[in-house]
Amino acid sequence: MNHTLSVLVEDKPGVLTRVAGLFARRGYNINSLAVGPTEHPAMSRITLVVDVEDHVLEQVTKQLNKLVEVLKIVQLEPDSASRQLLLVKVKAEPANRGQVLDVIQLFQAKAVDITADTITIESAGAPERMAALIKTLEPLGVKEIVQSGVVAIGRGSRSISDRALRTRTEP
Amino acid sequence: MSSLREASQPSETMSGAASLVRSLEAVGADNVFGIPGGAILPAYDPLFDSSVRHILVRHEQGAGHAAEGYAQVTGKVGVCMATSGPGATNLVTPLADAHMDSVPMVAITGQVAGPSIGSDAFQEADICGITLPVTKHSFLVKDPGEIPQAIASAFHLASTGRPGPVLVDITKDALQAGTTFSWPPTLDLPGYRPVTKPHLRQVKEAAKLIKAAAKPVLYVGGGVIKSGASAVLRELVELTGIPVVTTLMARGAFPDSHDLHMGMPGMHGSVAAVGALQRSDLLISLGARFDDRVTGHLPSFAPLAKVIHVDIDPAEISKNRHADVPIVGDCKEAIAELITLLKAEQLPQWSTWQSFLAEVKKRYPTGYDVPSDGSLSPQQVIQRIGQMTGPDAYYAAGVGQHQMWAAHFLPFEKPGHWLNSGGLGTMGYCVPAAMGAKVGQPDKVVWGIDGDGCFQMTNQELVTCALENIPVKIAVINNQSLGMVRQWQTLFYQGRYSNTDLQTNRVPDFPKLAEAMGCIGLRAETDDQVDAVIDKALSIDDRPVVVEFAVHKDAMVWPMVAAGTSNDEIKVARDLAPDWDEEEL
Repeated sequence: MNHTLSVLVEDKPGVLTRVAGLFARRGYNINSLAVGPTEHPAMSRITLVVDVEDHVLEQVTKQLNKLVEVLKIVQLEPDSASRQLLLVKVKAEPANRGQVLDVIQLFQAKAVDITADTITIESAGAPERMAALIKTLEPLGVKEIVQSGVVAIGRGSRSISDRALRTRTEP
Repeated sequence: MSSLREASQPSETMSGAASLVRSLEAVGADNVFGIPGGAILPAYDPLFDSSVRHILVRHEQGAGHAAEGYAQVTGKVGVCMATSGPGATNLVTPLADAHMDSVPMVAITGQVAGPSIGSDAFQEADICGITLPVTKHSFLVKDPGEIPQAIASAFHLASTGRPGPVLVDITKDALQAGTTFSWPPTLDLPGYRPVTKPHLRQVKEAAKLIKAAAKPVLYVGGGVIKSGASAVLRELVELTGIPVVTTLMARGAFPDSHDLHMGMPGMHGSVAAVGALQRSDLLISLGARFDDRVTGHLPSFAPLAKVIHVDIDPAEISKNRHADVPIVGDCKEAIAELITLLKAEQLPQWSTWQSFLAEVKKRYPTGYDVPSDGSLSPQQVIQRIGQMTGPDAYYAAGVGQHQMWAAHFLPFEKPGHWLNSGGLGTMGYCVPAAMGAKVGQPDKVVWGIDGDGCFQMTNQELVTCALENIPVKIAVINNQSLGMVRQWQTLFYQGRYSNTDLQTNRVPDFPKLAEAMGCIGLRAETDDQVDAVIDKALSIDDRPVVVEFAVHKDAMVWPMVAAGTSNDEIKVARDLAPDWDEEEL
């Protein structure tokens, strides 16, 4: 089963290597990984999607927590807002150009580049929606796909980093 | 202490190298094991004038294991130092060893100059990257201003929580550059918050399970020694009468002479210890990690038992075996809390359980056969060394048959007197670890119990011992083979002895080799020589001594649980299983 973990880490060189290395050597699989800055300059956030059993997830979390530069780990609820960015280059010759444009409209995607025989589509959204878009485009002739890792945030007014920052001031 | 006071004066100007040495003085490092080289060279200049003693070893691996040995017998952080590239990579084995056995250690390595990093410069190795999986943490320091903080953080990380090795890799230009030094630096480790105080509610749950148990066992691991919990453990045992087993890493955490001590569990454990765990209905695991060498085939390990698991590392709890009551915290504090709670309770007597185990212990003592051809029995030799030297001495072992025999037959009465490579199983650990132990406990006898295979991996540190006045005693239990591997070939490979015959019969000649390295070399080949050479070795205190014992080749380690099988399949000798049915409760 897929679980989404938000891992708040110190923004220091090598942190991503430590996290990725830990997964590799303990034999856990990463489905998706995205990392970026947060509202606090000293802190980065890694969003991990892992496909593991519950008891393995507990081990993953505990092992991650042992990394000195990991500040906090939150397992996001299934209803959290989860988003992925997708860029697809599709064949768009006169015969199927109309169909491609229909798909773009249907998925509320955007055309970012158009040539005589291709259209490059941009879309951002829930991972399932991105998968559906790719599936729909496939019969039309996909030439190239690039996707970002999933980023996710919990619903409601609470912020996970608020509490992480509080713990940062502890001795 | 004077250096600490001196250091509290704010912001002196000096080189990064001087800042490193001042930091080591301030943090209380009194002995450093190492070898200089290009990238670390700047640090060796101020070290020349420092109060820190530097012990020039003959191989960096020796520096690492010596730092481990020093740490184990002093409870302090062991320190080793090496240059970049090959110097640093030679530390990988001791780092991995310390990581497995939770030994507090700081390794300081030189690194090529910052601008050269990544250029495949001479003696460049990404040692932080290489050691990532085998260190608790590591620092790459390129800015000389960060040196005091890195050293202070490294010592803090190495010695607190679950101890472990920390690497500080410092670039040559950072060592050479000018900087300001002030002490103490502020530690900035916001993500590091080890839990030492156990949750009282969990301890109450543990007390409830204990009260309800019919066959409880204290499964004691190395964490009890690390946390200094031996005294409270003993108090707990005397209060409750719960039988005890001590793992390979915990030998000495509870006195072997105590009636309730069932011995060491595991692949080569005593029948009583293995039986106690297998028949138990409650394992009280204290600072142990359910290692495969203890559990054997995991699903059939202690099948009837509930588990209370106390460990300072939350990730150990329920890693291999589900814990019914997890307690994250320091063993000493957890045991003390438990004692307070249990004192207020009316506890069961557990006398049937105690007498069952006492009977098993009596019926299946850990013994050995004396060879009929007049050659020496390795077990008897090790036992005699222990008997003649006593439990006050420190004992280091290599890895293999001699290690298991040492674990069975040495006198384990005191915590922290037994050093061995438990998790990683590092052949070659013994000589340098004994050296480090002797530096840490110069007034105590330090014996290394080594094998002829292990000894040939790291014996060059005896040169260091001879020249630096570190008079260790090393017993080479020479069975002319890689004995443990040979034992497996006997049992599982139809006696096909592929590449386990070391032919160590006078090549090398161990006493001559010892003499060549500045040590005294002795040899015993017959029964009547054993006590005499041990006596002789014990009488020499101004030089290292190597005693070769030419022992019987075919001696095997028993009992044994074959790898991957259930502990219930324990054999006390080849094809001989204990008869459990006679002892039904």
